[in-house]
Amino acid sequence: MQFEFERRVTPSRRVMMAVPFITIAITIFLSGIMLLLQGKSVGLTFYAFFIEPFESAYSISEIFLKFGPLLLIAQALAIGFRAKIWNIGAEGQMIMGAIAAGSVPVFLTDSSSIFILPAMIILGALGGMAWAAIAAFLKTKYNANEILVTLMLTSVALQVLYYLLLGPWKDPMGFNFPQTVMFQDAALFPPIIFGFRLNYSLVIPILFTIFAWIYMERRFGGFQLVVGGLAPQAATYAGFSSKGAVWKSLLIAGMAAGLAGMSEVAGPIGQLQRSVTSGYGYSAIIVAYLGALHPIGIIFAAFFLAVIHIGGDIALVSADLPISSVHIFQGLLLVTYLASYTFVNYRLKPRKVSQEQVGGASS
Amino acid sequence: MDERKLTAMHNDQSSLLSLRGLTKIYGSLVANDAVDLDVSPGSIHAVLGENGAGKSTLMKLAYGVVSPDAGEICWQGKKMDNWNTSIARELGIGMVFQHFSLFETLSVVENIALTIKGSRSELIERIKQVSREYQLEIEPSAMVNSLSVGQRQRVEIIRCLLQDLKLLILDEPTSVLPPQHVRSLFDALRKLQNNGVAILYISHKLEEIRELCDTATILRNGKVTGIIDPNKKSAHELATLMIGRDIPKIEQRQSTNKSENAILKITNLSAKNSDPFGPELKDINLSVFGGEIVGIAGVSGNGQQELGRIISGEDLRRDLPSSSIEILGQSVTNKDVTSRRDLGFSFVPEERLGRGAVPPMSLNQNTLLTAFKDGMLKNGFIQNNVVTQFTQKCITDFKVKCSGPSAAANSLSGGNLQKFLVGRELMLAPKFLFMSQPTWGVDVGAANEIRQKLISLRESGVAILVISEELEELFEITDRIYVLRSGRLSPSLTTSDVTPDEIGEYMIGETREETEHAV
Repeated sequence: MQFEFERRVTPSRRVMMAVPFITIAITIFLSGIMLLLQGKSVGLTFYAFFIEPFESAYSISEIFLKFGPLLLIAQALAIGFRAKIWNIGAEGQMIMGAIAAGSVPVFLTDSSSIFILPAMIILGALGGMAWAAIAAFLKTKYNANEILVTLMLTSVALQVLYYLLLGPWKDPMGFNFPQTVMFQDAALFPPIIFGFRLNYSLVIPILFTIFAWIYMERRFGGFQLVVGGLAPQAATYAGFSSKGAVWKSLLIAGMAAGLAGMSEVAGPIGQLQRSVTSGYGYSAIIVAYLGALHPIGIIFAAFFLAVIHIGGDIALVSADLPISSVHIFQGLLLVTYLASYTFVNYRLKPRKVSQEQVGGASS
Repeated sequence: MDERKLTAMHNDQSSLLSLRGLTKIYGSLVANDAVDLDVSPGSIHAVLGENGAGKSTLMKLAYGVVSPDAGEICWQGKKMDNWNTSIARELGIGMVFQHFSLFETLSVVENIALTIKGSRSELIERIKQVSREYQLEIEPSAMVNSLSVGQRQRVEIIRCLLQDLKLLILDEPTSVLPPQHVRSLFDALRKLQNNGVAILYISHKLEEIRELCDTATILRNGKVTGIIDPNKKSAHELATLMIGRDIPKIEQRQSTNKSENAILKITNLSAKNSDPFGPELKDINLSVFGGEIVGIAGVSGNGQQELGRIISGEDLRRDLPSSSIEILGQSVTNKDVTSRRDLGFSFVPEERLGRGAVPPMSLNQNTLLTAFKDGMLKNGFIQNNVVTQFTQKCITDFKVKCSGPSAAANSLSGGNLQKFLVGRELMLAPKFLFMSQPTWGVDVGAANEIRQKLISLRESGVAILVISEELEELFEITDRIYVLRSGRLSPSLTTSDVTPDEIGEYMIGETREETEHAV
């Protein structure tokens, strides 16, 4: 029997709610098979992935440390994705935010002014926005595809970072390591609990989530973005500016990513070094979709992904897993999500109808 | 083949194509409900029904574009399994769709070579021969983008004729033709009939069917409501079978309340088309006064899209002289959609889903789309209660059938959504209303309600501009008509002093000379 996809008249809400759960279930199933093929213990690995992160206060605090930037960037990306502006270069915007914010402690190494941290926050946001603005400008002025531009700008941002680390901003006392000086305390977020790395930068994603919810659910500006994404012709008909939507989407995402980059260097990392992003810019894309591009859904998705980040780290040690297994797990998550999401708009239906069914239908 | 035909005859299976109990369901919509249809060889068989009755779906089933959920298809009395378009074509079925499937950048012969085997010179010869035989003149080496809509239709028909044709399916073929060209199409179809080709002719125009067809299957809401000889029934009887009641008459009143100054004034507007194959707008002069309905007639594709977008401000041309477009005496040439709306401009576009309304959004949200200035925002925050009140009033006042203000726009039928959009725009109390194809895809009942609304709106002094392909509609509601052809606008014609044929002359214009040269 052959099957064909038939478009649903209205997207199924039931399926939409079920998609994240189905996604997770299928991902776990598929990675289970993968683990078996690798000859690893499935039970042990999933234990390491999903249970061990909650077994100590420290690893719980680490979950929240990862949760912050994932949440922040995913909320911002989701706003753009709903407007169908495909910014996949949050990674680069994050790097530029980290660089801009890092310039303060790099140049004012000894200052202990209370204005250092606020200045870093502002510069971090502006750095990310400036980087996203390049893509917005090229898109609105020359119709350059923002997917390519944002992705390539990420590589450029990385090279800018490497240049600074190997040249002008290199720590003179750093034994030639490509990194800046360790930032002074005034340039770091204070920890929420002494002894843990989790710090007050977590406030930013929480505030941003509230903003995102209000903006998308209550504000006319958010409505205009969604209209532009769902029906560009209707947006033009209603007089909503499509260029405005590009600018708004990219600047919001640039700001959030820049702040996330800033939070990393003014938080757990404490300096500029070659890896300041931990791949959050890319993981946040998965988070945004797994959260169904909805501010509330994204909270859960960000938490889930933070757990498997930490779980992955643990599994490297306790289940002897290679790092690429963790990446494959994340990749499977997105692919399965996209495949499952098809069923929100389509249903499977047998192509051929047998004679009995014909009789049944007409009687 | 002949043998099979003979046995078929012996079995008293005289029909060429018969559809038995075909059912096609799209989601919750039953587009065709156990439909039977028999086409005898050499007959011109009409499928009659109003918009949304399921005619196009039935033809797609017959041609194998979509497969039925239930029922069977028989060809010359033999049940066909795995029915699809390539089998249908092999057996000698040809179909001309409402929207043509030609490549604009290729020539006529190149387009035909895509589906018909043969060398270029052979094909050219055959095209010339067929077009002579049926008087469907066409130049085989002409580029498709240079052809008028009527000529493109000929290319589609010729393409069908080049195969061993036994059955030709035509979907609303006259909707793209001026009255004069309809006659030559009918002549060609009769000639085909004499050569033994059967024709399935889909239309919602009663007079055409009475003139041309020998049998008519009438569809209503996806069901067959009658199989009749159209010549033996009056138009009134046909209408009753088609819509279940008599076609309501529109109350016509003469325009009395005409304003002194033009509400919309377009002066010497020339503009390039953003579609490279679309016609350029040239020296358009047009004025609409308060208290009158002005129509723009013409076959789509003659610049209607572009003119519409330029009037609405969706396509903002900053390089035009500022006097080009004036609304209420103010130049709006360089003003965007929002500023034009602020002056009292309202617009209902021809595409309802995706332009006039956002398909998956609720009616509430679609209210917000253009009515947001009507007290629905407070410091940028959406006032949901105001939005819902507006939507509810619109649903009640304009008799929109839906499950309520939170129903998704794409869950409404074409007619009900159009009533909602008209309602939304009228509730904004416009001084100038612009509608493009007001009754495209709208059922007869809703179409009449909309036309009636336009007429009463005229009484209240509003200036109304209507672009429409349906000449009958324009004759019913307008005071003056312009004809748009190849991006040029005819002089203003007073509706009561002009005949459809005269309008047709303007619709053909140079096109006719071109085809004469082509012979």
